[in-house]
Amino acid sequence: MAIADETTLRIVLYEGAGAATLDAAERGSTLTALLGKGYAVTCAGSGAVAPADDSALLVLGRFENGQTPEAEDANGAVPIQFRDIDGLDSEGITALVEEERESTQTAQHGEWKPWFPVIDYDRCTNCMQCLSFCLFDVYGVDDEQEIQVQNNDNCKTNCPACSRVCPEAAIMFPKYKSGPINGDVVSDGDLNREKMKIDISALLGGDVYQMLRDRSQRSRSRFSKERSSDKALGERTKCLTKLAAEADIDIPLEVLQSLPSADEIAEKSAAANAKATAALAAQKSG
Amino acid sequence: MADKPRILFCHCNYAQVVPEEVKAGVLQSLCESGQAFEAVADLCEMAARRDPALKRLAAGEAPVKIAACYPRAVKWLFGGCQAPLNTDRTEVVNMRELSAKDAARALLDEKVTPNLAADGLAAATEGEKKI
Repeated sequence: MAIADETTLRIVLYEGAGAATLDAAERGSTLTALLGKGYAVTCAGSGAVAPADDSALLVLGRFENGQTPEAEDANGAVPIQFRDIDGLDSEGITALVEEERESTQTAQHGEWKPWFPVIDYDRCTNCMQCLSFCLFDVYGVDDEQEIQVQNNDNCKTNCPACSRVCPEAAIMFPKYKSGPINGDVVSDGDLNREKMKIDISALLGGDVYQMLRDRSQRSRSRFSKERSSDKALGERTKCLTKLAAEADIDIPLEVLQSLPSADEIAEKSAAANAKATAALAAQKSG
Repeated sequence: MADKPRILFCHCNYAQVVPEEVKAGVLQSLCESGQAFEAVADLCEMAARRDPALKRLAAGEAPVKIAACYPRAVKWLFGGCQAPLNTDRTEVVNMRELSAKDAARALLDEKVTPNLAADGLAAATEGEKKI
């Protein structure tokens, strides 16, 4: 399923007038269960919470005598549902919420690990290196020719390669294990990575395929006789794994194995470069 | 008197980068505090979907304290969705680096110490305050 622009169902855990107060442990277990299922929860209490928008609200509470209030948004813009949770444990509450979610057309969660690049525009110089580099059409430009992440669900889970080619360390993957890719402070050393950039460009930009072609050439007669695609794939995997290890980069093997063929990669690379060149030219003429 | 800050807690559901005991400890402290707060399952997931709710969470005049991960990442998760955080009034409490106790204390302290780089200024190498 492509990641669409969708909103999250906002749940309000209500403990005000007309409803019983939950003890801290119940509040905690309910929240943990709902958050685990991907919902956003507003815990009413002392102090302000975020203002309302037009998205649906589901208000949960232990209402007196099980009577849910009959209330609606004064402006008629926000659909509000009230549900009594008296007698329900956290599992029962999440089941109730799941039912309601289906009727509100809000996002269903947990189908995709949110792994995608986040651009630090305070650092980004719009050089288009990332757009040139990425073979999976994750990047594009907006009307002002500014780089942006356009197809974040095309991104390969756990692969931070594009962040390593960024000369300004402006590309983050917040769920990455270490800095500065995870968003930690950028050090001078992080910016001094020319060698690494070349290694990675070589790895994913074509040299690896040249190496594979050379190997393939040397063993062509054997492969053609054996007609074994499994062996060819094994050879490719072995080579890629070795190269990835030598380059000491953190690109998952699955990603390397799922790269397109040499011809396709050349085609995609040319297309990405053309996009970047066009964007840079438009920047200059603008 | 300055406005009391709003609190936003990110549960970072879809990765193990925030230690489980820190997330659980901070959430428990919030639940015990009687303080109103917003909790979301995963800010990254919301940003990936360009969830309009991010605009709601960033909106308003009151200062905001966000329990999540690195300030630079949080700033641009919101910023990339056209839901910019006010850098003068936002403090990000980094649960990847703090203990549950320290993170909860920072979150529930009414004093706000903004720690996002001002727009257009890359966080200095050693200038970004880690809170």
